Amino acid sequence: MQKVFGRPEALADVPTHYCPGCTHGIIHRLIAEVIDELGVRERTVGISPVGCAVLAYDYFNCDFVEASHGRAPAVATGIKRASPNSVVFTYQGDGDLASIGAGEIVHAASRGERITVIFVNNAIYGMTGGQMAPTTLPGQKTTTSPRGRDPEVAGHPIRVCELLSSLSGAAYIARVSVTSPANVAKARRAVKKAFETQLEGRGFSLVEFLSTCPTNWGMTPVEALKWVDDKMAVYYPLGEYTRVPEVG
Amino acid sequence: MAGKVLMKGNEAVAEAAIMAGCRCFFGYPITPQNEIPEYMSRRMPEVGGVFLQAESEVAGSNMVYGAACAGARVMTTSSSPGISLMQEAISYMAGAELPCVVVNIVRGGPGLGGIQGAQSDYFQATKGGGHGDYHLLVFGPSTVQELVDLTMEAFDLADMYRNPVMILGDAILGQMMEPVEMRKRPPRADLPPKTWAATGAAGRPKNIITSLYLDPAKLEKHNLRLAEKHRRMAAEQVRYATHMTEDADVVLVAYGTTARIARAALDRARERGLRVGLFRPISLWPFPYEALAAATAGASHVLVVEMSLGQMVEDVRLALGDTKPVHFYGRTGGMSPSPREILDEIVKIVERGA
Repeated sequence: MQKVFGRPEALADVPTHYCPGCTHGIIHRLIAEVIDELGVRERTVGISPVGCAVLAYDYFNCDFVEASHGRAPAVATGIKRASPNSVVFTYQGDGDLASIGAGEIVHAASRGERITVIFVNNAIYGMTGGQMAPTTLPGQKTTTSPRGRDPEVAGHPIRVCELLSSLSGAAYIARVSVTSPANVAKARRAVKKAFETQLEGRGFSLVEFLSTCPTNWGMTPVEALKWVDDKMAVYYPLGEYTRVPEVG
Repeated sequence: MAGKVLMKGNEAVAEAAIMAGCRCFFGYPITPQNEIPEYMSRRMPEVGGVFLQAESEVAGSNMVYGAACAGARVMTTSSSPGISLMQEAISYMAGAELPCVVVNIVRGGPGLGGIQGAQSDYFQATKGGGHGDYHLLVFGPSTVQELVDLTMEAFDLADMYRNPVMILGDAILGQMMEPVEMRKRPPRADLPPKTWAATGAAGRPKNIITSLYLDPAKLEKHNLRLAEKHRRMAAEQVRYATHMTEDADVVLVAYGTTARIARAALDRARERGLRVGLFRPISLWPFPYEALAAATAGASHVLVVEMSLGQMVEDVRLALGDTKPVHFYGRTGGMSPSPREILDEIVKIVERGA
């Protein structure tokens, strides 16, 4: 019988700890599919963050390094500079990348580091139990913004793609979601472009995923996907923010 | 480069690293060690190595973490406030058992402090610095030659034990020019291959580098294994030097730059017929407790001299207990003790008697 669907080689055959309805699993799978398709699994080094994806090194079937909170782009820089033939990607959440690691991501992008960043934005701190994130929407309730985020007090959410796309070293920046089969297909194409950008040595690449946290949002998985489409994608528009210039 | 050359401590430490096979340097400018990244920015491209000026010490030390993960010989250098910022990565590297060399050209603190030489980072270097149960090998050179030799050896020791090694210098040593012999030192032949490095899982199972152990029983086991390694480091890497301790009534204990000043005081004291000796710890962790006790066995007094308000003196007291009086003289904030001041202290101790 012909096998038409299977587990990507770059994904380990283990159960994950992610909550029901969380989209980390889909995102992991897309990355693994792209690594397989590009044939780079044996050259790939991933860097996991501090946050819900801290154990990503158990879920991918490639070399992996655990970074301290927010420092994944610096760790990736060290790996890539020491070992330029490696394919290096970081997997970071919103607190990790846009709050404590804001300095590291901006400078990795500005240097045009040949790394790929997968940025998973679910507008909340998931692992620590639902605190306000730098990307929490205005009015959104979290355990540290119990009356809803008030930009007058807590500041405004950071639009990472827009911010980084102003930097000359950022060769490919895109924001995607996985709320529908069509969006999943688009997301997969973005991840592939990001890795290709690195393989072609064109500079820094980042794909932001608008992701869900049904547990800490207090929603069902279906409501959570709808919230991504109706609320998050309004504040954080999907699309490509920089286009890789045609070579030649 | 061969034979004796006149070099500034900071430049000598940079060239020593390159001669020891260091091919990755990440750092951030801070006085009084800027000659090191400046030198590296010129030299690394000549030897096919990596120099990168990081956006901060936090990032730079995490780049060191990354390069160490990739199996590179890697170094960073900084001075006290910058080293404080690096403690995160140092703890992670100790936990993940990654080799690297960190040089601290110490300046006065606390806080922004000043830019003159000090020894007030002794506690931070030898008693932890970052969070968790770990130790660094810490060496306190007192000449530019010793700075060069220990830096070169540090790379081997880091690889041998899979542990960060710290060179604890100070602004005086970093800025001082001395004739120094630069002997190329290839990596030791008996170092274990870095089969653990994250270089891509080609034809082997994946490698994971982490300091995360969520199961406390596993973390305890990991820490006990690290402790066993630390015990081995402590047993194998004790270093010290003595000068005229055999007949000494008063033994001075000092390391690094201060040991040289203490030596000058010793010479003046001997001219006056005072029986003074000098014990100089070279390894600050492991501290030479037993050797110090042995070298001071016949002495009536011990005088510890530091460019701090008394940090190493605690290890000296730990070594000697209440067997004899342990006196302390220190200058702080970037001030250094003069031979005259030390001599005055010696005279006071001798005149007071036992």
